[in-house]
Amino acid sequence: MTNADAPRTPPDHPRVALLVTCLVDVMRPQIGFAAVQLLERAGCIVEVPEAQTCCGQPAYNSGDRADAQKIAKDVIEAFAGFDYVVAPSGSCAGMVRAHFPELFANDPVWGPKAAELSARTYELTQFLVDIMGCKNIVTADASVKTAIAIYHDSCSGLRELGIKAQPRTLLKAVPGLAVRDYSGSETCCGFGGTFCIKYPDVSDRIVTQRLADLARTPGNLLLGGDLGCLMNLAGKLSREGSPLRVFHVAEVLAGGTDGASIGEEG
Amino acid sequence: MHVTTDFPAAAKKALADPSLQAALARMRNGFVTARATAVARLPEFEDLRDRAQAIRDHVLQNLDAYLERFEANVIAAGGQVHWCRDAAEARQTVLNILRQTGAKTFAKGKSMVGEEIELNPYLEANGVRPIETDLGEYIIQLRHETPSHIIAPATHVSKEQVAEVFRAAHGHLDVGRPLETPDSLLAEAREILRKEFLSADAGMTGANFLIAETGTSVIVTNEGNGDLSQTVPKTHIVLAGIEKVVPTLDDVSVLLRVLARSATGQEISTYTTFSTGPKRATDMDGPQHYHVVLLDNGRSALLGGQFHDMLRCIRCGACLNHCPVYGAVGGHAYGSVYPGPMGSVLSPAFAGIEAAKHLPHASTLCGACEAACPVRIPLPKMLRAWRDISFERGLVTQRSKLGLALWSFAARNPALYRMGAAIAAKILQKPRAILRLVPGLSGWLATRDFPAAQGKTFMAQWKAKRG
Ligand code: SF4
Repeated sequence: MTNADAPRTPPDHPRVALLVTCLVDVMRPQIGFAAVQLLERAGCIVEVPEAQTCCGQPAYNSGDRADAQKIAKDVIEAFAGFDYVVAPSGSCAGMVRAHFPELFANDPVWGPKAAELSARTYELTQFLVDIMGCKNIVTADASVKTAIAIYHDSCSGLRELGIKAQPRTLLKAVPGLAVRDYSGSETCCGFGGTFCIKYPDVSDRIVTQRLADLARTPGNLLLGGDLGCLMNLAGKLSREGSPLRVFHVAEVLAGGTDGASIGEEG
Repeated sequence: MHVTTDFPAAAKKALADPSLQAALARMRNGFVTARATAVARLPEFEDLRDRAQAIRDHVLQNLDAYLERFEANVIAAGGQVHWCRDAAEARQTVLNILRQTGAKTFAKGKSMVGEEIELNPYLEANGVRPIETDLGEYIIQLRHETPSHIIAPATHVSKEQVAEVFRAAHGHLDVGRPLETPDSLLAEAREILRKEFLSADAGMTGANFLIAETGTSVIVTNEGNGDLSQTVPKTHIVLAGIEKVVPTLDDVSVLLRVLARSATGQEISTYTTFSTGPKRATDMDGPQHYHVVLLDNGRSALLGGQFHDMLRCIRCGACLNHCPVYGAVGGHAYGSVYPGPMGSVLSPAFAGIEAAKHLPHASTLCGACEAACPVRIPLPKMLRAWRDISFERGLVTQRSKLGLALWSFAARNPALYRMGAAIAAKILQKPRAILRLVPGLSGWLATRDFPAAQGKTFMAQWKAKRG
């Protein structure tokens, strides 16, 4: 991991900027609102910088360094001055935290700025547990009928940010919910950002393998922290007629599972 | 090194091959579980990885010095070292040695460098018959294929297919013999190959490591075939990349501990064999001539550059075993003797990015390879570095270039981006029939539903509520 600073002790009411992420913005704003609720419950003052768009990952992963750098500079400016930046996605948080410093490794001006932003950028569950010290962020309106939730660790969150325990810690407090791993918990779902557009058939074969893994673990919910992966898994599950309901971890923590799951008619 | 360029088409073919898919399913579970079990049993495994990485880093910093020391010690032990700049020189050198000794048959232990320089067809064209003695290599030699995995070359072949090719190749044996079990196949291969070992004029092995302080070559195998290839014939040729050298015997013991666990989940491979020079007067057996053919073939060009760390690779295959893309399409789809993540970094380096332009993109960048790599090579970072180079040289399709340019332009103009996002949020709510018209989505929709958007963007709703 690239960020230099160890987590600081947060102020009681830190000013937190929400990095909405492009998928949450367009596909499922509900996750963004859930994230805001959780952060406010934890005592944060949440703001949503107007100037934000995308973290630049599509350009970065496609070899378009020049554009990735330009977008990264905009992100650095849009999120200047906040105590923390939090994203409901390990992939986007990982882009800022692990890859922005790499993008400006030899740049005397932007290098330090990227490192500074990297050090105060977190994925949502990581921020709530590791920085805000939350264990129980659930309120009465998190209604979950007794359920077994299977957790899928998305690759960037798991391997770039070391996120594994945090979402499980928070989910433990949801009444009636048991959280389990499955044999594919730590294996790629095949989404891979632009990969699933470029190689849809390879991507589909990989997600088919995850479904086979899932079939061996009883459960009625599938949870995770990255909407891209969840859309991929949910899209395959629904095509296969599986009853497994898919939610982002923030949605369950903020409001339970009464609403439409990812891919369900809302 | 020769790379066929068409990963997309080859991947499609691989996905549609049921026997390959069955073989891949067996492989996926086998190797990954075995490694995880072995690692769980060894609390100091992570420390060993650090030490292994440090050893390899140290070697690469001082490669010239260790290679010279290695050469001096090979000569002191009575052997010879041949330095080869590229594949052609290495092939020629091997042939010259064989001609000098009058060898007509050549028993080969498994060697990825042998595959890299495409040695077999060259020798055949020049009147020498190479005999692969590793069971996997033997099978693919009979099937006229290249390896599909760097440590398990025939992992794509089912036992029924092995029986079929054995029946065709071993025509002198009873047609009615049973060949249903792996044991019967193994027994038959052993029977045939023993005779070949004993009659081969020369033998060759690769090297897992070369030890500078002693001038020793080290091989690890699970079949013992390598031992016979190197001790029975009167000439032993070792074929190895220049990066294979390590300083001391102690260093090798660290590397061996991570190698077997990472590769197959074994604590140590069945046979680990150290060869130093030809047979001495007091030795019971051994070859009369000992040659080491050292191959550069693009390796030294990587030193000090952005792919420097790739030279740490000890060819364990863990990155292949843990790669979801390799697990879906197998090794041949990569069109290179080095498949999977390590191959997608090495192939463009050895064959040119133009020939291998698809390979750096044949990855979800999930990072499972780096997490499994015993010497912690940052494979995703290097795949991205090749993507950068490929983008700079204009090797990406116009379509993806245009898509990216539009996206990046919008991302840099928040007002425009907001409008685009609002339109996207509306369109992506629509039924499948309409979504099919969205560029890039038809592939997804062929096999998966596309979860509907909620209709209004977060940013618009936030502005209305709080803004
Ligand atoms: S890159 Fe690492 S994991 Fe892959 S073969 Fe080389 S040493 Fe093994």
